[in-house]
Amino acid sequence: MNLQRCGTRILRPQSVSLRQPRIHTTQRWSSSISQRPGAAGVHFPGAVNSKFTSDLSFEHPSTYPAIPTYRAMSPDGDIISPTLTPPSDELSLSMYHNMLSVSIMDVIMFDSQRQGRLSFYLTSQGEEGTSVGSASALEKEDVIFSQYREAGMFMQRGFTFADFMSQLFSNTNDMGRGRNMPVHYGSKALNMHTISSPLATQIPQAAGAAYALKIQRLTNPNIPPRIVACYFGEGAASEGDFHAALNIAATRSCPVVFICRNNGYAISTPTLEQYRGDGIASRGIGYGIDTIRVDGNDIFAVREVTKRARELALTDGGKPVLIEAMSYRISHHSTSDDSFAYRARVEVEDWKRRDNPITRLRKYLEKKGLWDEEKEKAARARIRKDVLKAFAEAEREKKPPLRSMFEDVYAEMTPDTKKQMEELRSVIERYPDEYDVAEFEGGKDSLSK
Amino acid sequence: MRILARFPLRGLISSIPRTTESASSVSRHRRPYSTHPPNARLNIPTDFSTTPLLAHSSQSALQNPELPPDARNGTTKRMNLFQSINDALSIALAADDSVLLFGEDVAFGGVFRCSMGLADEYGGERVFNTPLSEQGILGFAIGAAAEGMKPVAEIQFADYVYPAFDQLVNEAAKFRYRDGKGGRNAGGLTVRMPCGGVGHGALYHSQSPESLFTHIPGLRVIIPRSPIQAKGLLLSAIASNDPCVFMEPKALYRAAVEQVPTAPYTLPLSKAEILKQGADLTIVSYGHPLYTCSAAIEKAEKDLGISIELIDLRTVYPWDKDCVLKSVRKTGRCLVVHESMISAGIGAEVAASIQEDKDTFLRLEAPVMRVAGWDTHMALAFERFNIPDVARVYDTIKRSVEY
Repeated sequence: MNLQRCGTRILRPQSVSLRQPRIHTTQRWSSSISQRPGAAGVHFPGAVNSKFTSDLSFEHPSTYPAIPTYRAMSPDGDIISPTLTPPSDELSLSMYHNMLSVSIMDVIMFDSQRQGRLSFYLTSQGEEGTSVGSASALEKEDVIFSQYREAGMFMQRGFTFADFMSQLFSNTNDMGRGRNMPVHYGSKALNMHTISSPLATQIPQAAGAAYALKIQRLTNPNIPPRIVACYFGEGAASEGDFHAALNIAATRSCPVVFICRNNGYAISTPTLEQYRGDGIASRGIGYGIDTIRVDGNDIFAVREVTKRARELALTDGGKPVLIEAMSYRISHHSTSDDSFAYRARVEVEDWKRRDNPITRLRKYLEKKGLWDEEKEKAARARIRKDVLKAFAEAEREKKPPLRSMFEDVYAEMTPDTKKQMEELRSVIERYPDEYDVAEFEGGKDSLSK
Repeated sequence: MRILARFPLRGLISSIPRTTESASSVSRHRRPYSTHPPNARLNIPTDFSTTPLLAHSSQSALQNPELPPDARNGTTKRMNLFQSINDALSIALAADDSVLLFGEDVAFGGVFRCSMGLADEYGGERVFNTPLSEQGILGFAIGAAAEGMKPVAEIQFADYVYPAFDQLVNEAAKFRYRDGKGGRNAGGLTVRMPCGGVGHGALYHSQSPESLFTHIPGLRVIIPRSPIQAKGLLLSAIASNDPCVFMEPKALYRAAVEQVPTAPYTLPLSKAEILKQGADLTIVSYGHPLYTCSAAIEKAEKDLGISIELIDLRTVYPWDKDCVLKSVRKTGRCLVVHESMISAGIGAEVAASIQEDKDTFLRLEAPVMRVAGWDTHMALAFERFNIPDVARVYDTIKRSVEY
């Protein structure tokens, strides 16, 4: 790598737009907040608006009502929020189509994992509304970080069945070059960062990315205003990274919308063993963040809330917003989990029947005369066919070249890595019967320098 | 607790011995903290004003063939290590709007003064304090880098990088790899952290965790030895398309002073530097212990009538294996010196690579030896018995030559 060249490039004087001294708006000198005699409020630098009290009483969460859950559409598909304008028929239908597509793909892929045709899968049953609804309210340029149960978001932003299948089968068309476990999707073109398994790590990254977007717009006002949306589950919110992220997003005024999918379980752990406060939403307030709780099974409510959150995130030069979307994880955690080991089958069946984002929107569409049983049947058959077609094509494709195992560790391959790649090739050459390289594009030859 | 520990250290940094004054007049039990034993011939504190490792004149600073022509024809300024870091940061901030500088207490200048004046000059949006959360600092930095910025994140002491380990290992280092064809990466990221013994830093202000990072594919780990090196290597790290861990030997912040070229310049990463040519033995080291090695070499060459080659790795991973192997093929003997503990340290990798290379292995006339911190923690009262000193390096040179 020509580091010298990189060095001179960065050292070339460029635009000076950000170089002038600025007022440091976040700076607060505690010495300037002096205590006036007889003041009713405490001017400790750590809590400038706190009033004195002579009553000794501890604040208890139970004295505060639980944060309400915003709902726009009743479980029967009737619009109940007076302020809500439902999306256009066209958009409503496409959102329905996307939810249905994900749910059908989920069943097919879950079953094919069970047949051993896929190493792993993870469905998002019951949470299609949260991911499709929120994604529908974002702009294409908005940057997304996600956890792994947001297939609907990928679908809504333009991921195709071929994109899903290429990743799931680690074939040569996989953007991740066959390196990641199934369901770890990503797309640069669609501004969705590649999913990684470690939980919650994406949350402070989302704050940093949002700060980058903010600074870039300060430098160049011609860039359209953009936000970062960041998805995670209520279990991940127990990680230290959640705390770090919300705090730094608030102190640095980052235009980021945090979207928590509270589906009641983190693998086998119910929320009662995850936290004792009022869900995740109550924490947002503690960090000084605008917060809302929404019915995740109500796709219109999720969309509306995300739309408003996006606007809010772009006001006053940028600020974070927290959305807690309530739902229920109908599926097992993943193909490696049998959830009936820790929850009753009847509970799951109940949620499936009683409240489901797909059926709720279907009821709305049917009442508007936009949908019926016949259309449903036809759509299901068509989606099923499309999924299976993409499935078959993806399965037939070769795996990425073996060489891609060694590439992209650094921007350029190190001498050691080149040597090791050569060594692997030599082993394969000397023991041809011990390795099957036929399924990899280019066979062992891709390992040549 | 940590906050309390940080600030006293700032003042104490300057108590690092800089002269070789005699302590003979002081009784043994009342000997001032930082002086050396009265009869010591080897374990004499480094005299940074005369060490050959620093450029004491403008001329010697500009002679460096690695410098670009405009720097070589330019001027120099006397700087200590923290000033040269500050200079590099200022150059990077001025040259590229995408460079950001942040961490705990960075805005007022930093607890080691490395970011002095930068918030005033480049604005609070680009140079700022973060909440006290290492995982937050690095997560934030990775996200900013992933969106095209060049964040320079500071971890106040290398000892406190562990809360951010997940972000470094699982995220920063793997970002490019897992993104694949998208090519998105955290390569804009540079993480600076003061490291190493400082005389009295004890368990949590002394650590040298570099070998923990060298076991992570995807990271570049850099440790400069001097102000000139610090400036050039830090500018390279910031320019690098790979995430870089930049470890600053904190004992050198004020102690190491030399003439530093004022022009912007970069020095190559993953390239070692031969500080002194020799024929009979190779010493491989990096960072602060290079001064110890230099002093030991001076004595050993005089006493034993040999010549020793001294190599500064500068980048400890991916490291310049070729340079080391070539030298050992010439000298037939090698010892590796570092502060961090012996087991599974950088020395282990260097020694293994030497014996693994057929041509070098056949050329060896003595086992590769290691002088490093013992496999223990940095205990306050015992630091000078833990960090490799001149006597231990001298003794190992002797044992290697007499093998």
